[in-house]
Amino acid sequence: MRITQGCFSFLPDLDDDQIKRQIEYCLGNDWAIGVEYTDDPHPRNTYWEMWSQPMFDLRDAAGVMMELNACRKAFPDSYIKLNAFDSTRGFETIRMSFMVQRPKVEPKFLMTRTEGNGRAVHVTLTEAR
Amino acid sequence: MDTKVKEVKGKERYKAGVLKYAQMGYWNGEYEPKPTDIIALFRITPQDGVDPIEAAAAVAGESSTATWTVVWTDRLTACDSYRAKAYRVDPVPGQDNQYFVYVAYDYILFEEGSIANLTASIIGNVFGFKPLKAIRLEDMYFPPAYVKTFKGPPTGIVVERERLDKFGRPLLGATTKPKLGLSGKNYGRVVYEGLKGGLDFMKDDENINSQPFMHWRDRFLYCMEAVNRAIAETGEMKGHYLNVTAGTMEEMYRRAEFAKELGSTIIMIDLVIGYTAIQSISAWARQNDMILHLHRAGHGTYTRQKNHGVSFRVIAKWMRLAGVDHIHAGTAVGKLEGDPATVQGYYNVCREAVTEVDLPRGIFFRQDWCDIRKVMPVASGGIHAGQMHQLLDLFGDDVVLQFGGGTIGHPMGIQAGATANRVALEAMVLARNEGRNLISEGPEILRAAAKWCKPLEAALDVWGNISFNYASTDTSDFVPTSVAAQ
Repeated sequence: MRITQGCFSFLPDLDDDQIKRQIEYCLGNDWAIGVEYTDDPHPRNTYWEMWSQPMFDLRDAAGVMMELNACRKAFPDSYIKLNAFDSTRGFETIRMSFMVQRPKVEPKFLMTRTEGNGRAVHVTLTEAR
Repeated sequence: MDTKVKEVKGKERYKAGVLKYAQMGYWNGEYEPKPTDIIALFRITPQDGVDPIEAAAAVAGESSTATWTVVWTDRLTACDSYRAKAYRVDPVPGQDNQYFVYVAYDYILFEEGSIANLTASIIGNVFGFKPLKAIRLEDMYFPPAYVKTFKGPPTGIVVERERLDKFGRPLLGATTKPKLGLSGKNYGRVVYEGLKGGLDFMKDDENINSQPFMHWRDRFLYCMEAVNRAIAETGEMKGHYLNVTAGTMEEMYRRAEFAKELGSTIIMIDLVIGYTAIQSISAWARQNDMILHLHRAGHGTYTRQKNHGVSFRVIAKWMRLAGVDHIHAGTAVGKLEGDPATVQGYYNVCREAVTEVDLPRGIFFRQDWCDIRKVMPVASGGIHAGQMHQLLDLFGDDVVLQFGGGTIGHPMGIQAGATANRVALEAMVLARNEGRNLISEGPEILRAAAKWCKPLEAALDVWGNISFNYASTDTSDFVPTSVAAQ
């Protein structure tokens, strides 16, 4: 199942040239880029592993691509995304986030429904490969 | 215009009888507003023969302490503080017998954190005042001392995005259609199809509450099944705005509590529930980590006509203070009223940390929002995938674009309609970030994406040429080259 997190998941996977242009857009806005990876793409998994801290001092897309490639090499079958952090007062959050690598086989999510009072149902999602 | 008219003072001022409002102290052309004053800007159309200065003073008087005659009991009070002061009157450019009137109010006039109290003064009696043919509240300024008495949005744009884990693009929504008549089970089907196809949110319409064809609990249960099912099918957070609007506040809380129990991330209210109900449910939303969506049902009755009523930019300011997370603020290109520049002005009121003076967009005052959170504007009503480049160019990323008919009416089905919108959006964001010109290249970018996305191709074939080009009634009075008011 293609997981559709990130802002370009409905497009064909971006190639490195396209990724680089998006990085340049982020750097142009003074956002710092962080590379994150995981094997657990559950929609509630807020904290993917950080490949490094957000690269606050790196202002060159080629440098970000080097870090991304190093992460890809270390985790060739994981999800990897790029996050762009904005430190502007009133934002101080991620301004853009998109997937740059997916595993060969993506998981599905199974729903477990727990019946409550008054027909209320509580749902737990579990990953299944 | 008699700008030199002076306040009558001392014993003469309080002789029983009728004085002109300007003579009673409601006009002072030399008044410098204090940093703590609240300022209202009205557009007035005086009756024939009424001097605009006297009309302006009357507006200040009737929206603060005055009554039609002199009362000696004023002398028991520090009455000068309580009198609003009209201090500036400008003819409206290009209009005959219309004037912009600036009125300053001391902050002692208003209760802390109460939109109801504010509006009871500012738009209370004065809108029916006989010496005016028409009056419209165009804009307001709130000093930090007053802004800080409100908590503002319970969630705000930043936290909403973090909660949903969605960054870097507008959010996509759709209103379930037909808006009336679907059973709960059928209704949830539409929600599931839209969300699974690629939308972030589905939405109840403003008049979906708890009618005979679908009671509210049924709707909530089926919609949440649809939401959870769609999350499982996509691995992505989704939501449905559950409308909790009801006849009493107690019933609204009951519905909101059930939405929370079912794990909904968002509830919805209609503007017609009133300012106090909005502030109450906002406090509830803050307490319960709930995003609060406001549909502006009813606003067109008083926002649309330029000469009388309340501008929507003022409603947007009140709602940011009152504390909503989403507000319908217009589409500019869709089926409902809205001049593009004026609509952008509303968006800026919702989203900026400081709204700067911007006369072409209808913003008369610099407004510091004092770090209260930002409201996500919602563009909804007669928009479709073929307008994606215009929408992104007009509104940027922090907006919910809602395509109801443009999703559900898709020839290949609801999922395909949702997919068409999501693909169009992502393709357009990607292109914008690459530096391409959305307005000149937009149609070409859409067509290129449609080559590999059949649903988008079908959407463009059906709706590509649909536009709603009617003259707007609520437009700016200033051409884009105007300088800011000093």
